[in-house]
Amino acid sequence: MQHSARRRVLPGFGLTMGLSWLYLGLIVLLPLSGLFLKTFTLSWAQFWDTVASPRVLAAYRLSFGAALLAALVNVVFGLLVAWVLVRYRFPGKALVDALVDLPFALPTAVAGLTLTTLYSHNGWYGQYLEALGVKVAFTPLGIVVALTFIGLPFVVRTVQPVLEDIDADVEEAAATLGASPWRTFTHVLLPGVLPALLSGFTLAFARAIGEYGSVVFISGNMPMRTEIAPLLIITRLEQYDYAGATAIAGVMLAVSFALLLAANLIQRWTNRRLEARTG
Amino acid sequence: MKPQSLHKLTAALLCLLLSAVPALGGCSKPGAGQGEPITLLNVSYDPTRELYTDVNAAFAKQWEAKHGTKLVIKQSHGGSGKQARAVIDGLDADVVTLALAYDVDMIHDKGQLVPEGWQSRLPNNSSPYTSTIVFVVRKGNAKGIRDWEDLLRPDVAVITPNPKTSGGARWNYLAAWGYALRKNNGDEAKAQEFVSNLFKNVPVLDSGARGATTTFAERGIGDVLIAWENEALLLTDEVGKDKFEIIVPSVSILAEPPVALVDRNVDRKGTRAAAEAYLQFLYSEEGQELAAKHHFRPRSQAAAAKYASHFPTVSLFTIDEVFGGWKQAQKKHFDDGGAFDRLYVPKAQ
Repeated sequence: MQHSARRRVLPGFGLTMGLSWLYLGLIVLLPLSGLFLKTFTLSWAQFWDTVASPRVLAAYRLSFGAALLAALVNVVFGLLVAWVLVRYRFPGKALVDALVDLPFALPTAVAGLTLTTLYSHNGWYGQYLEALGVKVAFTPLGIVVALTFIGLPFVVRTVQPVLEDIDADVEEAAATLGASPWRTFTHVLLPGVLPALLSGFTLAFARAIGEYGSVVFISGNMPMRTEIAPLLIITRLEQYDYAGATAIAGVMLAVSFALLLAANLIQRWTNRRLEARTG
Repeated sequence: MKPQSLHKLTAALLCLLLSAVPALGGCSKPGAGQGEPITLLNVSYDPTRELYTDVNAAFAKQWEAKHGTKLVIKQSHGGSGKQARAVIDGLDADVVTLALAYDVDMIHDKGQLVPEGWQSRLPNNSSPYTSTIVFVVRKGNAKGIRDWEDLLRPDVAVITPNPKTSGGARWNYLAAWGYALRKNNGDEAKAQEFVSNLFKNVPVLDSGARGATTTFAERGIGDVLIAWENEALLLTDEVGKDKFEIIVPSVSILAEPPVALVDRNVDRKGTRAAAEAYLQFLYSEEGQELAAKHHFRPRSQAAAAKYASHFPTVSLFTIDEVFGGWKQAQKKHFDDGGAFDRLYVPKAQ
């Protein structure tokens, strides 16, 4: 197609860009600046005391650490699920495909209650795991389980269409040229899906950081051990400490934004590198 | 699109935008004229849902018979603190019926929606019904739990929610503290040690009262649940008397859930008369009997006598006597860096 002669479907750049900024401003930037404005009622020392107390730091570590772990688990198993869904035909495939989206649709509190029921010491899974000496409910492990649950669809749904685009012929060609399955995977398949995998990882990670409903039930909320940062925000609100709540929220927002920005940059960089190599 | 409908659309959009700003209060009509139906909103906390369904039906009937105008009462339920914040942020409540006076105090402090002396405007500290804190144990009471002392034994696991996030849990905590004070002739250090030991036996700290009840009843965790008496009665009534028993401790706290008129809102909406009558109704014999039926202890002698077998006698102290009111209790015990944080939060590793 000739780029110069192409007529764009939407009207001029100026208008669309302006509208995009207006929309983002109203929906994202304005509410978020409201958040920061509330924080400004604190003095610098008060702000620091709030966001850097040992309890809050422990909660940040837990929230970000568990989210990272859960997202990594989802990268591995999400890729596997996507692979099975794209490459094989089997009875009940439509069912499995629909199941993947369930964690999206489920109210998080329902997810939390369900998971806690399953994993507590008299639950279906919990009773056997506990016999093996593995405690899930009311431990950090339980938090990782909950975050893995809610993050799964992101990886599957971003990787799936990309896998569909990669022809099975490519793998067969690699195999006929004598590549081992592992080599085919690392040199043919992985480069193709890597950007999608990264973006799925980022989405799952971002979602897990802010997760509240599914985690408060399974975590047991013990200070310094299983207390997530969003719970501390609620704790502040219960004390009518709006500024304190927004201070903790603001730090989470800033860290999340930095992480998302970094993830997006890495994604663009891999994209470009791959394009340079293949194109 | 016709110009008329375009106008309507613009108006609707403007309303929507304005209602986002709480101070402007959206586009509600000021005042309800004679003969037009009046709508009241009662913003309450979680375990009063069934109570107010009955109260609202009874009061609306009485109001219509007396004034000939239709009265619609809407209910909103949620965690007490969360509900108070919603009112501060602009939820159009005519009356609030919450779990702690502290939450109404904050509606005064942060929102200026009720006057300073709101708690003395109605009889009995503005609490038409009361409750207390009791224990729920599994049928048979295998651990032999009789009183607060037993909750400190190393073989007993206690379920109570987090006082930092749950109003109900604050009553539980203060009940234990008050008991320990009485036991030790007012020795604060000993009371702190007592409550600290009690919380060492808490394996899961749920964020709300209903969550704690679920943990105890459904998940089978813990030997004893500390709960409001009305919640405990509801649990044994609905989940089964064959599964749980209520143990009444020797000493407990008089839990006084307050009700209050939200002056700023009723004056703006012109609903003061109806809202005032509504709160008065809670003190009437009919209202008192409904409260008793829903497991709240009535204030009136008649209703109390009628339901005496339902509510065992227990030595009760009030929050004003022992803690000097909610504001002081909140500041000393539950604000960040307060007594609860010191006795409970483990040291940083």
